Amino acid sequence: MSAATPDLSALAEPRWNEVHNPTSPVIRFGENEPLRLECQQDLAPFAIAYQTYGELNADKSNAILVCHALTGDQHVASDHPITHKPGWWTSLVGPGKAVDTNRFFVICANILGGCMGSTGPASLNPKTGKPYGLDFPVITIGDMVEAQARLIDKLGIDQLFCVIGGSMGGMQVLEWAARYKERVFSAAPIAAAAWHSSQNIAFHEVGRQAVMADPNWAAGNYYAAGTTPKNGLAVARMAAHITYLSEEALHQKFGRNLQDRDTKTFSFNADFQVESYLRYQGSTFVDRFDANSYLYITRAMDYFDLREKHGQVLANAFRGTKTRFCVVSFTSDWLYPTRESRAIVQALNAVAANVSFVEIDSDKGHDAFLLEEPTFFKTIRGFLNAAATKRGLAPVPEGRS
Amino acid sequence: MTDISHTPPDASAKSPRVDHLLIAEMVEPGSRVLDVGCGDGELLQLLATTKGVDGRGVEIDRDKVNACVAHGLSVIQGDADHDLANYPDQAFDYAILSLTIQATRHPKTVLENLLRIGRRAIVSFPNFGHWEVRSRLLFTGRMPETRNLPDSWYLSPNAHLCTIRDFANLCATVGAVVEQAVAFNAAGRRLPIKWSISTQNLLGEKAVFLLKGPAP
Repeated sequence: MSAATPDLSALAEPRWNEVHNPTSPVIRFGENEPLRLECQQDLAPFAIAYQTYGELNADKSNAILVCHALTGDQHVASDHPITHKPGWWTSLVGPGKAVDTNRFFVICANILGGCMGSTGPASLNPKTGKPYGLDFPVITIGDMVEAQARLIDKLGIDQLFCVIGGSMGGMQVLEWAARYKERVFSAAPIAAAAWHSSQNIAFHEVGRQAVMADPNWAAGNYYAAGTTPKNGLAVARMAAHITYLSEEALHQKFGRNLQDRDTKTFSFNADFQVESYLRYQGSTFVDRFDANSYLYITRAMDYFDLREKHGQVLANAFRGTKTRFCVVSFTSDWLYPTRESRAIVQALNAVAANVSFVEIDSDKGHDAFLLEEPTFFKTIRGFLNAAATKRGLAPVPEGRS
Repeated sequence: MTDISHTPPDASAKSPRVDHLLIAEMVEPGSRVLDVGCGDGELLQLLATTKGVDGRGVEIDRDKVNACVAHGLSVIQGDADHDLANYPDQAFDYAILSLTIQATRHPKTVLENLLRIGRRAIVSFPNFGHWEVRSRLLFTGRMPETRNLPDSWYLSPNAHLCTIRDFANLCATVGAVVEQAVAFNAAGRRLPIKWSISTQNLLGEKAVFLLKGPAP
């Protein structure tokens, strides 16, 4: 097929519709509004797809930006358009929840490099009319934040009441707080780190190599062929999923239980429940996620080190900050362990920032921030309420709590 | 910090502790305060309500930290021995250590850090020189267990108990200026300021010191 008239029929699945014409609102930045990336390339045009919940108040002071994690998206508190499952953070965000959409205006944007409507490697390259694939520039957490800032500008919001996010979302929160001190009234980095650890880079490399080893990956040009490196991406997801749990959680959930059978089959079938579970996690993931996006986003996380631009001293990133911080970690999280949150807290203390730090007792591993953790909800609710009082925000309207 | 002194809760559990009330008197309105060993945040709440301070807390007990943050206080999980070193000089108007210094591993370092972090330091502690403590030791020959120090020696979190005179000596050693020192008797009444330090040391069950660091 020619470059001029690409056959995009293979891209007609719902997944590709969401890439090109998302069901959520999208703001498109034209050729005249390029985004200067950290790799020194300009990205233009580009699009940022987003969701909002609640209402922006008259003086635009009640906006909370939620930053999503590696495989998340803008559908925080509404059904996912492909899987039709509830939003990924409905435990925390919604009417009457800790992040109360009766009181706050919640915004969540699909990150730059994502595949749910914001520009990423599956988006069409205007120069070729085909998906970018590996021609998409390598992006950083800082680039994601710059793109979000452009969205926030378009929404006419000067200062965000809060920026909140877990895992990679927490990295974006830290980047926001470091880059835009005046625009972030409060910040909640959850189960996050100020730099990606060697171990985490190692896990990501395993995932990427699994994708790239799949012949269907085709050096990133699988879009035109109508295939996807499903097997590779599923393996990447399976390996990553283990890191989101804890040994305790796996043991409690599955133990050594067999799946739909009474005896071992003496084969490589999914005899064990845990195998079956992981295979399921892998297979459902590939239906909603683009393999190249996975490569680019994991790379952005690996490159994240907030110390780099601040003379290798993390505290310098926050010098002069007036932002109120709430740092949260979970006891059984070995992917972003408490000591990494503590390093953030120590840096904030070194500049006498206003910081709260809570380690939540949980056996659910890194995933705990997405799950039912009442103590965590109370922490966030208390932090936001106190910050809202400081900010002079009106309480929840009568009869809406 | 946990409630190191293990003072039994007052019958009037909701009325502020006498040492807290005195500390609140010492603190200028609207100042920046770090409460090290803030427990459930009682003092921070009192200071926020009565003095409008910008308060922060450090607390070792995770559940108490969670309760503080859920109530909107800015509190981190940490402890006096490890976490004070991170704070910059003179970051706060007051660095407060309430009934905690005797449970730290390195009280002298902790005190020096308090004096460095705060323009003023406020330290309260149970007085091991109190007559009841002395008489128990003298007459029973065993580590005293009193209303103020209820744990047996092997269960007590207190590692470095001291008397009012000891603490005054430590202040002199680290070059701290004692701006105010108040002792309380067992009934929670302040002892007259004109009494000698020997008398305060004998009759005071707890003491609160307002300190200023050595001139740099």
